[in-house]
Amino acid sequence: MTVPELTQPSPAPYVKDRPTWPAEDGASQVPYWIFQRDDVLEREREKLFHGPIWNFLCLEAELEQAGDFVAVYAGETPVIVTRDVNGEVYAFENRCAHRGSLLALEDRGNVKDFTCVYHAWTHSLQGDLVGVAFKDGIKGCGGIAEDFRMEGRGPRKMRVSILHGLIFGSFDEDVDDIEDYLGEAVLSRIARVLAGRKPVVLGRFTQILPNNWKLYVENTKDSYHASILHTFFTTFELNRLSQKGGIIVSESGGSHVSYSSVDHAGEKDAEKQAAYSDIRSESDISLSDTSLLASFKEFDDDITLQILSVFPNFVLQQIQNSIAVRTVLPRGTDSMHLKWTYIGFEDDTPEQRRTRLKLSNLIGPAGYVSMEDGCIGGFVRRGTAGAPDKSAVLAMGGYSIESGDDRITEAAIRGFWTEYRERMGL
Amino acid sequence: MNDRATLNRLTTAAAGAQARYVHVIDDGDCNLWPDFFTDDCFYQVTSADNYRQGLEAGVIWLEGKAMLRDRILSLLEANIYERHSYRHLLGMPHVSAVDGDEFTSETSFLVVRITREGPTELFATGRYIDRYRMAGDDDVKLVKRVVVLDSSYIDTLLGLPL
Ligand code: FES
Ligand SMILES: [Fe+2]
Repeated sequence: MTVPELTQPSPAPYVKDRPTWPAEDGASQVPYWIFQRDDVLEREREKLFHGPIWNFLCLEAELEQAGDFVAVYAGETPVIVTRDVNGEVYAFENRCAHRGSLLALEDRGNVKDFTCVYHAWTHSLQGDLVGVAFKDGIKGCGGIAEDFRMEGRGPRKMRVSILHGLIFGSFDEDVDDIEDYLGEAVLSRIARVLAGRKPVVLGRFTQILPNNWKLYVENTKDSYHASILHTFFTTFELNRLSQKGGIIVSESGGSHVSYSSVDHAGEKDAEKQAAYSDIRSESDISLSDTSLLASFKEFDDDITLQILSVFPNFVLQQIQNSIAVRTVLPRGTDSMHLKWTYIGFEDDTPEQRRTRLKLSNLIGPAGYVSMEDGCIGGFVRRGTAGAPDKSAVLAMGGYSIESGDDRITEAAIRGFWTEYRERMGL
Repeated sequence: MNDRATLNRLTTAAAGAQARYVHVIDDGDCNLWPDFFTDDCFYQVTSADNYRQGLEAGVIWLEGKAMLRDRILSLLEANIYERHSYRHLLGMPHVSAVDGDEFTSETSFLVVRITREGPTELFATGRYIDRYRMAGDDDVKLVKRVVVLDSSYIDTLLGLPL
């Protein structure tokens, strides 16, 4: 019988140095390696999700009572958001001060404190370590080191800001105030949808997408694809591509708003219609129940669609009366979670509520105009698998990241990459 | 009316209808899917979490057979996604609460999805919470089907109905 040779310890895996992203490419050539490398993901954790940016955490409406908590993520870091007896909202890592076990094992609930299941160390609703089990030992034996102090040992805390019922958190105390971070233009469009109203959660779903999180972020900022990939509207001749609308890109680039509004004059503009007719063939089919798309007047302007993103990974959506928030969360380089929270408002009439529920067929994992977004990132991932050294081209609408009044532009995506490069130092 | 003979008869009727239902989705012509429902039907796909909390929204939320037809029409004519198919495995319907010509039932399901470039993968498990109406001697139609997914996480997208 031969004795197998002992396996030699394998040499450390050879990690190729990260290539450089040429400065002259700006944001109009995006190298595919940016989606593929673990070292980029690690740098994103440090520079973005743990850095001076605002992570959307949850809705204030989810924390009504003292002791209510929600377990969420900031990037890939688990976080607990609470409301304490003083009425204030706190956020801290979902990580025990002792050996690091998860503190919250449910998505939401109401608690007096967070006692770890492992060795019962207790943490307050503010995220402070307040109790160590068997601290003094038993009958004079055991117990924690004499010089151990609980102060400052708790899980890492976040700075919290609440904006029109949206709770944001940052791991960096020096982050700009949320108002400055967003800028007036984006701020006022969040207010447009949410200010002075009490949201009600209608449902929550999470989509697991087979691609890097940044591909979905690009997709939400890509107003160019909307009328081409999502053929629901064009097929059923419901398209309003002639609607007037535009794009707002925040000053630093990373946040954006794209919007369109009812424009009765424009809809009759045959020339504009014709410009789109060759993209997909005309059909003679139609929906038999168009009440699915019925809507009511909710805002005092004519805007029927507003997609808004906050750098790096938050989306607020108004599609007619379908309102939702989305969070884009990395799960490794090639996978992500897209969290959807569908919302209505406390003073909705039953009829208005029904309208929102029907319209929600347009969005989410099975949405008539969003299911395509679920698979397109995977198509890009698979398409670019062997081409880390090649780049995507973002030249629609020129090379600027300026706001404008058409949507056949990649300005908002270039804006994202501009801020991304700046913050990542890449 | 909840005697054993009635329950057995309804269980058989529901099981037969469900066998035909999954056949049209998995191997047949999914244009026939709406025909398993009454004109005034309701069809929803939601998660166990949302269902437990009484949250109303769905991944799909359709009212009336016409909306179900539109769903299939849209899938076949308008939506874009990679070719895939399902294989449903159903449990035995558990019939309860017979009332007049309607009754309720619950059925566990397991659905695997076969994608163009992938293996057969577990896609969804859950239960159908159904309300059926008698339609003739041995046939039943769905008045209401709430598809309650065990998980709130959905891989990539939900195209074909469950
Ligand atoms: S890990 Fe939490 S108490 Fe030990
Ligand atoms: Fe899209």
